[in-house]
Amino acid sequence: MGNVPSAVKHCLSYQQLLREHLWIGDSVAGALDPAQISVLINLHCFQPYVSGFSVSLAGSVACIHWETSQLSGLPEFVKIVEVGPRDGLQNEKVIVPTDIKIEFINQLSQTGLSVIEVTSFVSSRWVPQMADHTEVMKGIHQYPGVRYPVLTPNLQGFHRAVAAGATEISVFGAASESFSKKNINCSIEESMGKFEEVVKSARHMNIPARGYVSCALGCPYEGIITPQKVTEVSKRLYSMGCYEISLGDTIGVGTPGSMKRMLESVMKEIPLGALAVHCHDTYGQALANILTALQMGINVVDSAVSGLGGCPYAKGASGNVATEDLIYMLNGLGLNTGVNLYKVMEAGDFICKAVNKTTNSKVAQASFNA
Amino acid sequence: MDTLPKQVKIVEVGPRDGLQNEKNIVSTPVKIKLIDMLSEAGLSVIEATSFVSPKWVPQMADHAEVLKGIQKFPGITYPVLTPNLKGFEAAVAAGAKEVSIFGAASELFTKKNINCSIEESFQRFDAILKAAQSANISVRGYVSCVLGCPYEGKISPAKVAEVTKKLYSMGCYEISLGDTIGVGTPGIMKDMLSAVMQEVPPAALAVHCHDTYGQALANTLMALQMGVSVVDSSVAGLGGCPYAQGASGNLATEDLVYMLEGLGIHTGVNLQKLLEAGNFICQALNRKTSSKVAQATCKL
Repeated sequence: MGNVPSAVKHCLSYQQLLREHLWIGDSVAGALDPAQISVLINLHCFQPYVSGFSVSLAGSVACIHWETSQLSGLPEFVKIVEVGPRDGLQNEKVIVPTDIKIEFINQLSQTGLSVIEVTSFVSSRWVPQMADHTEVMKGIHQYPGVRYPVLTPNLQGFHRAVAAGATEISVFGAASESFSKKNINCSIEESMGKFEEVVKSARHMNIPARGYVSCALGCPYEGIITPQKVTEVSKRLYSMGCYEISLGDTIGVGTPGSMKRMLESVMKEIPLGALAVHCHDTYGQALANILTALQMGINVVDSAVSGLGGCPYAKGASGNVATEDLIYMLNGLGLNTGVNLYKVMEAGDFICKAVNKTTNSKVAQASFNA
Repeated sequence: MDTLPKQVKIVEVGPRDGLQNEKNIVSTPVKIKLIDMLSEAGLSVIEATSFVSPKWVPQMADHAEVLKGIQKFPGITYPVLTPNLKGFEAAVAAGAKEVSIFGAASELFTKKNINCSIEESFQRFDAILKAAQSANISVRGYVSCVLGCPYEGKISPAKVAEVTKKLYSMGCYEISLGDTIGVGTPGIMKDMLSAVMQEVPPAALAVHCHDTYGQALANTLMALQMGVSVVDSSVAGLGGCPYAQGASGNLATEDLVYMLEGLGIHTGVNLQKLLEAGNFICQALNRKTSSKVAQATCKL
């Protein structure tokens, strides 16, 4: 910065910059028919799960034109898994009323997001913020082309979820014994046993299951976590039938180097198309870590609108990476997401007002106050 | 990742770029103490102040007292901004051994900011560079708006390369490329650097990323991957953005150091002492830190 910007008031507003200057702003997927995008997303996601589709997938891909990104080696399409309503709200101090949650999810459904994690069928004794899981699941409008996975830590939760209308579930493992013990009161091995029950039941009912591995880049109790351990746990989840494994930097301690080493190890055992990253921004490293993952070919990224959710392990620390900031980077890189940044920002504004907190998204901070 | 530099020089701009853009004015003793604490944190370059008229930048009115009051540790340089010859002379009189000049890759930005064209600004800088050369004083050049301009919008990499080349050939030993409004993303950073590196050697380049859209660290990582090994940042992420009320400004030095350490890149900075300096200035400014590392109390 040079001298005083006395002419500041005459400059373009950030809103204008975002809207008018394509190099910053809109996802190029705006040029595509939303139905085409959702078909591609669904086929893409289920490829390891549903056999016999590869021919028609290739056919679909051939007739849809993607813009090439400026950085070579990056995936052309990135699927964003929105975890705000679950991971985000679960870690907010304020308990959000059911109708607000439903409205929030309905707004997110209209942004182009194709996967929105809705709630968690866990005992309300442990996670009071998710006590209304059944009402939320039943209350949301399920838009065509959008999937609404829910967390199911055990068979009981799974059955409740199905009864409430869930058509996709998630299970949460960890790459750390201590974390597993403190979090779900059992060893990794015992937890795998529980998850296997859930995933097998899910597969039996044709319900896809997503696996999460927490502490992939570090643990609040054990400290350093080896890539080998992450690989081992990921492989267990994948081979029991999870169609996708989300590798979570639970306490946000990872940096591009540790992300790279971990992914190199996991990618030896699990196909690239079945992996996702879930980065927390506790130390401000999330986008740099995500960029690294993208450079390695990962094309599924979890995020939470407004960066909802603090970190339960570090008082005052931030949590999830903000979906808005992620989309901003992906748009700038010329990568397709199918998501409308402005609509996400509106949903973010809605939930922040409802929860009475300021957004953690820098994009939102820059745009709404301008 | 295989082409990352083994060490990175961090240019700490908190006391100047940071404080200049903070609403609250900080007293001279506080500024001096901040700079002394930063010196003790192991930073090797600390931009101390700006010799600009107090009419324009009241926060920097005490420039001479600050420069004279700080402890000058051996091995650490304390550059100061000098927008014109008058400022340069005042800086030298106050003991400056290194100065910085600020250009821009945007005509409109230059006009609005310093009321002249890019070409005219070069003439002003030339006067400073010539005087600096005779006095054996190093000059660092800054180019603003390298990834976007608040008035012009898109900025071409070719224009950035042109302005950078000019400053380098005029005698600046290093050029800091600034994403002034933080709009850049890694692909655009790469394109810009590719163009600039055809004209100026990578070793003479630095990046100065603003975190207005949360992109600073990702952009900095891209710059490192391209061979840049000098990065500007501001302790506690001091300094808002004058172009967007409420928006954040500089990349926080703590968060940068965290990433570099995680990558095994040598910085010479003691993160703990840096956190203390950040904590000190935030209390003095009565504001919360913008550094995520500082916000997290999780100890690993």
